[in-house]
Amino acid sequence: MKRLIFSLLLAASMGSTAIAVPVADTFSDPTMETRARALQRQLRCLVCQGESIDESQAPLAAELRHLVRQQMAQGKSDTQIRQFLVTRYGDFILMRPPLQPDTYFLWLLPFVVLLGAGGVAYWVIRRSKPVNSGTL
Amino acid sequence: MLGELGQLALCFALALSLAMTGAGLIGARAGTSIHVELARRIASASAMGLFVFVALAFGTLVTAFVTSDFSIADVANNSHTLKPLIYKISGVWGNHEGSMLLWVLVLSLYAGAVAFLQRGGKRLTSAALGVQGLLAAAFLLFILFTSNPFLRLDPAPFEGAGLNPLLQDPGLAMHPPMLYVGYVGLSASFSYAAAALLVGEDGWARAARPFMLIAWMALTCGIALGSWWAYYELGWGGFWFWDPVENASLMPWLVATALLHSALATERSGAFRTWTLLLAIGGFSLSLIGTFLVRSGVLSSVHAFASDPTRGFFIMVLIVCAIGGALGLFAWRAPTLQGGATFDTVSRESALLLNNVFLVGSTAAVFVGTLYPLALDALTHGQQKISVGPPYYALTFAPIFFVLLLLVPFGPQLGWRRGDLKASIRALTPALGLAVIAALVVLAVASPRTLTGTLAFAVAGWLIGASILDILKRRGARASAFAAALAHAGLGVTLLGVSATSLWRAEALDVVAPGQTMTVGPYTLRFDGVERVQGPNFQATEAHLALMDHSRVVSVLKPESRVYPAEGQEVADTAIRTTGLSDLYLALGDYRGQGRWTVRAYVSPLAPFIWLGALVMALGGALSLWGRLRLKLGVPSPVIMPAE
Repeated sequence: MKRLIFSLLLAASMGSTAIAVPVADTFSDPTMETRARALQRQLRCLVCQGESIDESQAPLAAELRHLVRQQMAQGKSDTQIRQFLVTRYGDFILMRPPLQPDTYFLWLLPFVVLLGAGGVAYWVIRRSKPVNSGTL
Repeated sequence: MLGELGQLALCFALALSLAMTGAGLIGARAGTSIHVELARRIASASAMGLFVFVALAFGTLVTAFVTSDFSIADVANNSHTLKPLIYKISGVWGNHEGSMLLWVLVLSLYAGAVAFLQRGGKRLTSAALGVQGLLAAAFLLFILFTSNPFLRLDPAPFEGAGLNPLLQDPGLAMHPPMLYVGYVGLSASFSYAAAALLVGEDGWARAARPFMLIAWMALTCGIALGSWWAYYELGWGGFWFWDPVENASLMPWLVATALLHSALATERSGAFRTWTLLLAIGGFSLSLIGTFLVRSGVLSSVHAFASDPTRGFFIMVLIVCAIGGALGLFAWRAPTLQGGATFDTVSRESALLLNNVFLVGSTAAVFVGTLYPLALDALTHGQQKISVGPPYYALTFAPIFFVLLLLVPFGPQLGWRRGDLKASIRALTPALGLAVIAALVVLAVASPRTLTGTLAFAVAGWLIGASILDILKRRGARASAFAAALAHAGLGVTLLGVSATSLWRAEALDVVAPGQTMTVGPYTLRFDGVERVQGPNFQATEAHLALMDHSRVVSVLKPESRVYPAEGQEVADTAIRTTGLSDLYLALGDYRGQGRWTVRAYVSPLAPFIWLGALVMALGGALSLWGRLRLKLGVPSPVIMPAE
């Protein structure tokens, strides 16, 4: 949390010097641009309500977009960029929570519940008395 | 004077709710029928009185807002003389105190309706009123002790502080009341279910059916309104964010949908008795949890007006008591209920059960996705924060719900107690044809061609095709026989809109100077500069963008950026031009110097279908309800087909 606050302050203080202009921040290469947009959608704007940095109009989001594009231009892979941002801001920046011991519960619960409910349903259907055959 | 009147009305309402609780619960356990009858009458009269007094209190608060009576703190903090009338009224529920009063108003409306309609046996009605009274009492205490909307301010200020400009919008004026009619409407099913457990009586599912339907329809419309608002107001064309507050309304909807289906089987053949009870309890419990999440300040958003810890604590205790009490009652009484219906493995009953399995699975995904980050944050004392965004739901909720949609068409085809799977598949073949056509259209037209999009369109075609077949099959039946077909078709329509908008939206983000053009999708727009416009309580910068067909101007779109001086906030107001099949969507960004402005433009294919589908779903609910009320009023109806 401390790390997060610190980085936010840092980003806010830098805000005045490097305002990302949307037009300048576009790759001319369409595959790079598509990659950048996809990557931006996976990163959370840290100061907004559940928006990704792709959608957000907050200055910090513009900052992060700029950073992502800078690193892409340096030839870094998506994984490297995500890793860089996670070390800087923590897992909070990832829109898709990583699969790690403290998120197993999060990722597995829906399917455990689904299987459990399916099991109960199977049991109920098996237990139900079948309609007397012969009439149909 | 006004404030004291409201306060007094609330106190009377509290007394009546306590009388209702006492009489209702005594009626549930009374020995002789004459005592039951007496208790039921007292509880019914109290319920109607409760509604009258809460309505009086609410009317008082509305009057205070309309007349800008700033001696009442709630009005001073949330209103302003210059606000248009509609936002003075909607300001009543645009804040914590007023929205809790609206909550209780809806709760007592349902209490009054239960008392008025008297569905179900005398003991059952009496017990249901008792439980509903207990809920009302608890929330009235919450209002009177922690969230009193009638507190005075002395001296009264000359001007109010205004309302969050984001909330000053016609869609959002309607959204909370609609959502509450749904959210809180599930209380009636909850009360009937608890009553059924208390008195061990059957027939509660039939008695509670109209309330379930109304709650479900209102939730459907309320969620759709909220999503529509987010779409046109937030300025980037999104319609669903998987925001915890949205999820808080989606969870009761999913469970209410499961309940509607399960209760159908319970009513029809006595199947799944205990399960249906559990769903009724679960649905309202999720409404309560949603209220807690939204109202306690655990989540900060436009919805979270309160961040007072005592309120959060009070609501939490209230919820734990309500949910814990109901579940305890369930654990104690449910085993005594008789179960075991007669049906084959392939039957309508099994299909409804399968529907519930997938709805419960998808609810679990939304539930854990919403609450787990909060729990993890609390457990690690803020050391570990994670975000659960759209990609999580795309990998958990979406596949589960997708399988559900695949299975939907089989339900109405299978007969009660005994179905014929092969015959159903044969009957559904034309729908399969429509699914293939939809998939081929995607492959031929769409760019980029994605697997998700192709599958989504195929399933939408499958759903809509199956509904058409169902409607054709039931030709000539009473209107309510088409309820399920319509609701299921609505799902298909929404699916078309959601997938097309998410996958094939064209967008442009340009900085334009007057006279310059920008293109988005098939459209060319010419920027003709901005104009300052004075609104009733805001100043707007209105951009003029001419939609061009070569050199001819087809239409001028005017996205705005509004500044609300009273509230000191800036809000974007988008411009949308719809053809019904796609939306051209413009939002004005920031000023770039030398007359240049940032403009965001989107072309969202099939976007209107998202909300049209919800409307069709709700219409399905309305047809079903209409059939019920007609039966209740004794209108002779043609031969009943196995409908719904």
